[in-house]
Amino acid sequence: MKRRTKILLSLILIIAIYVFVYFSELYMDPFIKRILNTGLIYAILGVSLNLINGFTGQFSLGHAGFMAIGAYASALLYMSPETKMSNFFMVPLISPLDRIQIPFFWAIIVGGLMAAVAGFIVGAPCLRVRGDYLAIVTYGFSEIIRSLFNNLQNITNGPLGLKGLPTYTNLWWTVSWTIITVIVIKRIVDSSYGRALKAIRDDEIAAENLGINLFKHKVLAFVVGSFFAGIAGGLLGSLLMTIDPNSFSILFTYQIIMIILLGGLGNITGSVVVGIGFAFLMEWLRFVEMPMNIFGIEFPGILGMRMLIFSILLMVTILFFRQGIFGKVEFSWEGVARLFQKKKVKE
Amino acid sequence: MQHLVNAISLGFVFGLVAVGYALVYGVVKLVNFAHGDVFMMGAYMMFYASVLFGFPWLAAVIFGIALTALLGVGIEKVAYRPLRKYPRINSLVSSIGMSFLLQNFAVVVFGGIQRSFPVPEMMKKTIILGEVRIQSVSIYTIIFSILVVLLLTFILQKTRIGLAMRILSTDFETARLMGINVDRTISFTFALGSALAAVSAVFYALRYPQIFPFMGQYPGSRAFIAAVVGGIGSIKGALVGGFLLGMLTVLLPAAFPEYSGYREALIFALLVIVLVFKPNGLFGQEVGEKA
Repeated sequence: MKRRTKILLSLILIIAIYVFVYFSELYMDPFIKRILNTGLIYAILGVSLNLINGFTGQFSLGHAGFMAIGAYASALLYMSPETKMSNFFMVPLISPLDRIQIPFFWAIIVGGLMAAVAGFIVGAPCLRVRGDYLAIVTYGFSEIIRSLFNNLQNITNGPLGLKGLPTYTNLWWTVSWTIITVIVIKRIVDSSYGRALKAIRDDEIAAENLGINLFKHKVLAFVVGSFFAGIAGGLLGSLLMTIDPNSFSILFTYQIIMIILLGGLGNITGSVVVGIGFAFLMEWLRFVEMPMNIFGIEFPGILGMRMLIFSILLMVTILFFRQGIFGKVEFSWEGVARLFQKKKVKE
Repeated sequence: MQHLVNAISLGFVFGLVAVGYALVYGVVKLVNFAHGDVFMMGAYMMFYASVLFGFPWLAAVIFGIALTALLGVGIEKVAYRPLRKYPRINSLVSSIGMSFLLQNFAVVVFGGIQRSFPVPEMMKKTIILGEVRIQSVSIYTIIFSILVVLLLTFILQKTRIGLAMRILSTDFETARLMGINVDRTISFTFALGSALAAVSAVFYALRYPQIFPFMGQYPGSRAFIAAVVGGIGSIKGALVGGFLLGMLTVLLPAAFPEYSGYREALIFALLVIVLVFKPNGLFGQEVGEKA
């Protein structure tokens, strides 16, 4: 298939998605819309973590920390001074932040950039530690962030968190950012950088011997990955309308890891589909916590059952579907074309 | 002085959990994220044994330790053994999943509310030495921890299975060629590690007699840091790391109360700094990267 046709088809798909967004913003049930928004944020997180974990093979547990940075940095910028006043009743906010307010888009970008800076700081020591140790260092990093945010009351309002964030996040924002994330990361993965990243994943020493600059490429993966994590954090903050440091705990990172594992490490399509599906699944699973009536017997709803099922699912995936549900199957226009051709042959 | 005794006994508790980490890591090279939750399960089993079945306290503790050891073996069989031939990162993820599973299992089965751990009269006393008031728990913790560590050293150095464990920690393949039953040795390691977690759960629960499904997280992460700082895989290192953390946890807020909120950040910063500048920890052996 020609490159031009492919770009054309992608453009058509994007336009179709936006048409869908336009109508769903108008007519869709707000509850479903909210789940879809969450799902798209999960998709952004999944794809960005996949760049670090799946393509570069650097097992990072710090994604929640990057998100927290993005969420706080952007929230402090787009909140109106009055809301800030009412939030910071214990300790006042430090001087320049309490008066400024900038548009949502720029606030999100700044949040992403702050997270990217943090990504650079975390990515830099990657050259020295690898494997399990890297996982530990990144885990430590996200705990440091959480602890700092709990204590820096004059910036983050401590454990009280920020409340009453204005809701800017809607499907336009989340869909656009998901598309941007997918395109950017897809482009990186397909470029020479991406091949270098995969080489590092497959054999670090061999890659280094081939003249690949390990430091540059690992840091690149971390910076890009954490930038999008920051963006997703900003979007999530505005969607949930409240953020506090303890919601960005290691559990959140586990959920994202679960998403990329289910979707397949190094599989962008998988991350997006599973990310959206995951949000719906978690809502749908709420029914197990409700009181049920099966064959005339009353079952009381058991709290926490949802998470138990979720963790059993995670274990099953790890043990039996190590390649994820999608394995190595990526979405591509050639694949779609092949699907149609096969059908024709059968007819 | 009072703080010092507190710090030492807390250090021993962390140290014991950390030794469990170190033991498992030393033999199978797996960072067992579920260790803290095995610890929690141990506390619950003792709780149920003594409250529900009415076992006497000591019997309940021994029963709990035995069951926890069995649980450890079971976890290894289900979650880690099938993944042994795949890259290590798979087992790491599996242990994260297992930790998740145990916590949620506890929420569903045991309930999310806090329960109070039974504390025998003997442990409730407070010994007063001049100016210092020492809880008798602290003394018992120190004495029993030393005994447990001595016993562990004996098992590792003098018994056949200890010898097998030490061989496994250096080379898997060679050990198999030498006719060592790898599976059984690893099972034994997990049993030992989990039993250690249960023992430390006793002392921890005696200090803070509240048990709940997420109780394993705090000591788990603490002990984990202790094990890493001390050089993961080294038992001496784990003990020293536990000590260090116990000191930090107790003495830092005592000395600088206004900074006590930053304790967590500081402890994790210590972890990161040690890993970046001395990746093998304070007492770790130098291991070449992928020969």
